[in-house]
Amino acid sequence: MSDETSKGLQSPLRRKLLMGAAALPFISMLPRPSFGAGPATSVVNTTGLAVTDTEVTVGILHSATGTMAISETGSIQAEKLAIEQINAAGGVLGRKIKFIQEDGASDWPTFAEKAKKLLVNDKVAAIMGCWTSASRKAVLPVVEQYNGMLYYPTFYEGLEQSKNVIYTGQEATQQILAGLNWIAKEKGAKSFFFIGSDYIWPRTSNKIARKHVENVLKGKVVGEEYYALGSTQFNSVINKIKLTKPDVIFTDVVGGSNVAFYKQLKAAGVDLSKQALLTISVTEDEIDGIGGENIAGAYACMKYFQSLDNANNKAFVPAFKKLWGEKTVIGDVTQAGYLGPWLWKLTCEKAGSFDVDKIAAASPGIEFKEAPEGYVRIHENHHLWSKTRVGKAKLDGQFELIFETSDLVEPDPFPKGYQ
Amino acid sequence: MFGEYSIGDLGSIFVMQGFAGLILFSVYVLMALGLAIIFGQMGVINMAHGEFMILGAYVTWMTSNVFQSYLPGLFSGYFFLAMILAFLASGALGMLVEWVLIRHLYKRPLDTLLATWGLSLMLQQAYRSIFGAREVGVDLPQWMLGSLKVSDSIEVPINGVFVMGLTVLITMAVAYIMYKSRWGRQVRAVVQNRIMAGAVGINTAKVDRFTFALGCGIAGVAGSAFTMIGSTGPTSGQLYIVDTFLVVVFGGAASLLGTIASAFSISQTQSTLEFFMSGSMAKVLTLLAVVGILMLRPQGLFALKVRK
Repeated sequence: MSDETSKGLQSPLRRKLLMGAAALPFISMLPRPSFGAGPATSVVNTTGLAVTDTEVTVGILHSATGTMAISETGSIQAEKLAIEQINAAGGVLGRKIKFIQEDGASDWPTFAEKAKKLLVNDKVAAIMGCWTSASRKAVLPVVEQYNGMLYYPTFYEGLEQSKNVIYTGQEATQQILAGLNWIAKEKGAKSFFFIGSDYIWPRTSNKIARKHVENVLKGKVVGEEYYALGSTQFNSVINKIKLTKPDVIFTDVVGGSNVAFYKQLKAAGVDLSKQALLTISVTEDEIDGIGGENIAGAYACMKYFQSLDNANNKAFVPAFKKLWGEKTVIGDVTQAGYLGPWLWKLTCEKAGSFDVDKIAAASPGIEFKEAPEGYVRIHENHHLWSKTRVGKAKLDGQFELIFETSDLVEPDPFPKGYQ
Repeated sequence: MFGEYSIGDLGSIFVMQGFAGLILFSVYVLMALGLAIIFGQMGVINMAHGEFMILGAYVTWMTSNVFQSYLPGLFSGYFFLAMILAFLASGALGMLVEWVLIRHLYKRPLDTLLATWGLSLMLQQAYRSIFGAREVGVDLPQWMLGSLKVSDSIEVPINGVFVMGLTVLITMAVAYIMYKSRWGRQVRAVVQNRIMAGAVGINTAKVDRFTFALGCGIAGVAGSAFTMIGSTGPTSGQLYIVDTFLVVVFGGAASLLGTIASAFSISQTQSTLEFFMSGSMAKVLTLLAVVGILMLRPQGLFALKVRK
């Protein structure tokens, strides 16, 4: 069934891409790619993966249904775009990438089951997938047991490292510390109010942020509050914020709660042009639902914004919109999803093989110079070196880049002094 | 914890916190009114209540888009039309659902739970296919944003006041329809004894259909109003369903007054606790209190006296 689905999706997709390719001269000037000219299958595939002389199969594993579909749709779209572009440029080791898409349905056991199906039945060479930490934690033992390769796109809490996973989003210290330093310096911020959704990522992130505020910035955390996932009533906490008058509101509220939080903040008369707010959970995707007028003036701290002004991004954004519609927006995680297939392709070519052990060993040091965020490199610990940026939300739902670190920030999934 | 604040600060915070409680109360009543009719009066366990609300929200979103493109001059008033359209759309869908599904299940009320749960999944997927998996942002007219400045430090959210006014209006309308009008008497007669009601000449099928449609329509209006305070996406309805059932069951299923009393006690407990502890902890304590009271009084706060 899944094979049929992916075929059904592929053909209109390819047509749209070809239409889009007309606008990209460097692709249309290439000769039509012919597959099958790469090294012999027996050489590049010694472990029985789904690799033929002309094709290699990968899996896409995200929630296309259920509550997480809101967020994961962007990742699916970015991964498909990357695969189409790689194929248009000649594929991987002379082979065309074919994908099998499975639906994790926002249900963590389903993620584990589908990962097992992709690895055991379909013998995929790599999986692009997972979004929430819960889904990754469910899939991790499966990819480790069956020795698969997972490219995971979301910024997350850290405290994890696996031979079988490449983390293309930022871990918590990478994302948070530079942002806190910036706001402390720029706004002279001393007091912080933390508010988050009640699960592992916000709690771990806030723990790291608290240590940094108290020990490094010598500031004070005047409040730390958690609301259940899906909570829609924030009036009480907004009153507490008004009472404690923090210099900075630091938030990691996720999902539908986000929309409620910013709408109620605005309704309560909190003016974000006067009250500094730093979020690590709102990307362009979320602003679509929140509404630009409700969040304009807030600062977001992550590694990618759709408005980034560099040559790679200027090619990436129109290609994405050509394929998925003029109105789609591209958030941080969507961009990180786009990195997955490209990093895998580059690693395969460096290793000269699709074998998972060789890919895992060859990953450190892989550079992707065409990344929309600029330039990324895989670290020994399978996370990415990347820049951290602060953007200011505008009325039209886009971010204006305010600050970026001058160098790449080293990923540090097990930060000393922050646990 | 209050040592470091001035008396004036504290005073205004307590006023605002009081308003926060009242707003939460209005939200709960608005959520629960439709269900109080469908579950309370008709005995149908409508798990798709949240999806009827979200239909109202999507109708509001579409109306705002139409106004922005074709009637930008009238945009400031679109919300009133949107609420009427939301009522009609959810009511019409409710009528259809009653005709196709619910009317076959009046003798098996527990099965309505499964049937409407399936319906809620179907509606969610339908919204996803039609409107996309991403949340949509509903633009509000300028006058509905922001807050009223009562004094220097007391600010009251305009949308909260709007929701409060709307809740009072709809509650009065529902109370009139259910308890004062001829049609309300027919509804209660049908619920108490369907066969006898039919025997004295009431068209029970018609009464059922319009009652169900009314409940769904009110859900639609609630969903429309909640675009001001919450998110609009295919699964947003799920955010409300638990609280909604909680309010109706705690209040005593068949009593409108009970629904209001229960919404009031739950919202006040919650918003008071939220101020003194963290949000999740407040929720846990509120739920524990509700469970405790329901163990002592399984019929809810207010129950109709019936001969057993």
